[in-house]
Amino acid sequence: MTPLVEVRNLKQYFPVKTGLFKTEYLKAVDDVSFYINEGETLGLVGESGCGKTTVGRTLLHLYEPTAGKILYQGTEVNEKNIHSMRQKMQMVFQDPYSSLDPRMTVEDIIGEPLDVHHLCSSKGERREKILHLMELVGLNAEHATRYAHEFSGGQRQRIGIARALAVNPKFIVCDEPVSALDVSIQAQVINMFEELQEKLGVAYLFIAHDLLVVHHISDRIAVMYLGKIVETGTADDVNYNSIHPYTCSLMSAVPIPDPDYTRSRKRIILQGDVPSPLHMPSGCPFRTRCNHACEKCAQEMPPLTDRGNGHMVACWVK
Amino acid sequence: MEKKDNTPKKSPLSLQLNLSKFNSYMFEKASEDEKRQQDVMSESTTFFKDGMRKLFKNPLAVGSIIVLSLIILIIIFAPLIVPYRYEEILSVNGIRDKGAKNLAPFTYSKMEQQYIEAGGSRFPHIFGTDEQCRDYFIRVVYGTRVSLIVGFFASIIVLIIGMLYGSISGYLGGKVDLIMMRIVDIIYSLPDMLIIILLSVVLQTILNFSPGSLLDSLGTNMISLFIVFGLLYWVGMARLIRGQILSIKQNEYILAAKSIGAPTSMIIRRHILPNCISVIIISTALQIPSAIFTESYLSFVGLGVQSPMPSLGSLANAARGGLQNYPYKLLFPALMICLIVLSFNLLGDGLRDAFDPKLKR
Amino acid sequence: MEDKHLLSVQDLHTSFFTDAGEVHAVNGVSFNLDPGEILGIVGESGSGKSVTAYSIMQILEATGKITGGKILFKGHDLTRWNAAKLDKFRGKNVSIIFQDPMTSLNPVFTIGNQLIEAITLHTSRKGEQARKRAAELLTLVGINEPERRLKQYPHELSGGMRQRVMIAMALACEPDILIADEPTTALDVTIQAQILELIQSLQKKMGMAVILVTHDLGVIAEMCDNIIVMYGGRICERGTAREIFYNPKHEYTKGLIRSIPNVNNMKEKLVPIAGTPINILNLPKGCAFCARCDNCMKICLTEVPEELSINKDHKASCWMNVKEAFEEQGGAK
Repeated sequence: MTPLVEVRNLKQYFPVKTGLFKTEYLKAVDDVSFYINEGETLGLVGESGCGKTTVGRTLLHLYEPTAGKILYQGTEVNEKNIHSMRQKMQMVFQDPYSSLDPRMTVEDIIGEPLDVHHLCSSKGERREKILHLMELVGLNAEHATRYAHEFSGGQRQRIGIARALAVNPKFIVCDEPVSALDVSIQAQVINMFEELQEKLGVAYLFIAHDLLVVHHISDRIAVMYLGKIVETGTADDVNYNSIHPYTCSLMSAVPIPDPDYTRSRKRIILQGDVPSPLHMPSGCPFRTRCNHACEKCAQEMPPLTDRGNGHMVACWVK
Repeated sequence: MEKKDNTPKKSPLSLQLNLSKFNSYMFEKASEDEKRQQDVMSESTTFFKDGMRKLFKNPLAVGSIIVLSLIILIIIFAPLIVPYRYEEILSVNGIRDKGAKNLAPFTYSKMEQQYIEAGGSRFPHIFGTDEQCRDYFIRVVYGTRVSLIVGFFASIIVLIIGMLYGSISGYLGGKVDLIMMRIVDIIYSLPDMLIIILLSVVLQTILNFSPGSLLDSLGTNMISLFIVFGLLYWVGMARLIRGQILSIKQNEYILAAKSIGAPTSMIIRRHILPNCISVIIISTALQIPSAIFTESYLSFVGLGVQSPMPSLGSLANAARGGLQNYPYKLLFPALMICLIVLSFNLLGDGLRDAFDPKLKR
Repeated sequence: MEDKHLLSVQDLHTSFFTDAGEVHAVNGVSFNLDPGEILGIVGESGSGKSVTAYSIMQILEATGKITGGKILFKGHDLTRWNAAKLDKFRGKNVSIIFQDPMTSLNPVFTIGNQLIEAITLHTSRKGEQARKRAAELLTLVGINEPERRLKQYPHELSGGMRQRVMIAMALACEPDILIADEPTTALDVTIQAQILELIQSLQKKMGMAVILVTHDLGVIAEMCDNIIVMYGGRICERGTAREIFYNPKHEYTKGLIRSIPNVNNMKEKLVPIAGTPINILNLPKGCAFCARCDNCMKICLTEVPEELSINKDHKASCWMNVKEAFEEQGGAK
């Protein structure tokens, strides 16, 4: 079965001026490959600077990829077909306050994709579609003429989701969609994502740093560190049977809202800070903080190898 | 959530409260309507309405609006009421009234007094008359007209050119922006007064207007003023717009529009320009007094509108000569300039406070 | 009896006086803090948790004022103190660390400069002694090469490092109470773990009390002995960590716990709390949570729930508990 979306050897380097005439490259995404099947959710986790947001944006061609291929249903996505591809792949953004134009009404915000792709032949049809979308995300139809700033964070996020759904996409990149919301509202929005997936069969690339939420919503998870994927597998495998040292420490560092559980487990506390992506360590980027690093780790970047059941890990030692 | 502990011992709640003060009605479930009372959404306001509301709360801004409205009403209606024309040398019964020179406000010349005693009626000279026996009030009114029109049109020119230039530079960014802004820097360094004077001299020799036309009555000085405004003064607006666009570009909704597939023209039209409007209005409001001031200054140094067309600056200039004897002649045009410039400045400030986009809700 | 507690907040009311009217941010909050205790205050935006912490430190914004109640520090009511006394109190007896270390550190001064300022202000150390103490503190918070770090500026350090410097500054005078307002919210997970561990070890070493204000239930479960849950400026429930998580007795707490993923069954569907967090400009007459509560009763609409003891470690302010007791007794008389 061809996956819905496939990414092969994606690279995204940003030029950074480090001196008067010197330009170094910030390797935000360095040779990343993964796939997402239809109707599936792939969670992408990692800490700040790991490149997960860049992956999401490059996937939608908001940045021109430095190298690598992006395939949608087997067809390569490039400059020529990106406009029509935008009807199949959409994005929901993190900040509900800056991702909606404060001068536009809800109706116009949700209707913009319809206008850009000329999906409605009449004003009436457009209105109907917009109201249907609002209903789908749980917004009151009478709020269509209001302005974005009159809504709360959770409602704005729903508007953003309705906007993404307007073109009937099969794949949505969700870039930290609930991080800026209050805890009690996060559950509402997460449930909505799940319901929409059931109803419409949409696939998600769910980028977030809240590991509990990602575990809950994802079928599979990929863990990134300094622009590389270090581990990927089913959500349960990555969480409970983590193999890569970084994944292990990440999972043990997550505070669990369960006092007995959290106080009884052993914590792996990493020393030091994340190295700057401009001066990445040679070989495996994690070796500077890894307790199990060996000589080979400094020489060569380990490839992702299958440890069984599709559980891929990039590590020489484990 | 799994209970790791067994349920708490029977709560001694009944010991803490007197349960007899409760009845079962109190513990009935509340209906949705009763709960909904809390969840009212505030009245819908657009950004514009909200800003206007704030503006009208500001007493200085409201004051300026009133003053400006009054001035505009006067300059529209005064010529209909006052029977004198601005270039008209006063005459009584067809005879030039030489004695009507430099009359004080509300006084009449000898000839006029005789005329009134003889039964005629004469509209009072509210501001008196000037050196050339012309009614001063109507001259001040016309002078205000000229100053306001000049100020207004100069601002429009600045706005259009500045907006186009700034938005292209800001949106495209990169090398284009770099080059365009260096051009702006060069223009900033040019001496505007010098260029106006030079241009005005050059135009005088080149252009020949048919006498009596609007352009002729404005004079080459004014034409050169407009040209120079168009060539030089738009740079401030361009920088402002460019800065505004640079900051708007950072917002995620621009990225969202790109991810939807909106073309550049649509993004500029739908997202960027509407968000600049408040800045545009504010800086235009502040640009008008600056243009009026420049015109007044030029007229004061003798480079203003051609006589007999008055402008506030030229009136002030003409009044310099007889300052000791007739101080009111300088007072009235100067006061008018001050009122207009102050009002526009206060209005501009008020608009900025009311529509400040940095105020997050 | 009150003197026994290190800190005793009694019926605190704090409001902000804004253009839109009086905003009642804190409405009748009372709690005690004992030496060596780690107290967690958990709540969402608008709950009043940060305002409570700032009221204790008396660092409210110009528009904020304590409008009622007492705050007793070792038996003395600090709402009655003048500015000079408060200046000595802040930093010496109580210190605070904030969420964003970038904005709490002055970018134009070196780390050393700011640390030494804190030390010289509140202790008798000056000059070289103060420098030595500063270096000691940096080592205490786990920053190596302290001499080099003292000369660096805040922007040269990473987020985690800056937070450690903040902690060092807060501990410069060995305060009795450390208030941490969302100390790790802006940090990555692995750095968060480091900082939380640091706070725990320092607390054990120095024996101070900690008030941890956060919205993160995981952090609360991890760190705190006792927990206070706030909503709409009032305390919903208070108790030990185990009581709150395993035996919640307020509808809001129950709702919060149901709305986060269950560690024992990660794929279990989340049960969200309906509606949106309360707008503190429009506080209702009765229970602040009633508009969002599935079990809202008629009495909840009009009467603020009284606080009742569930057991010796647990108190809650919810009419549902009264209803239970009422029905146990046989209902209407």
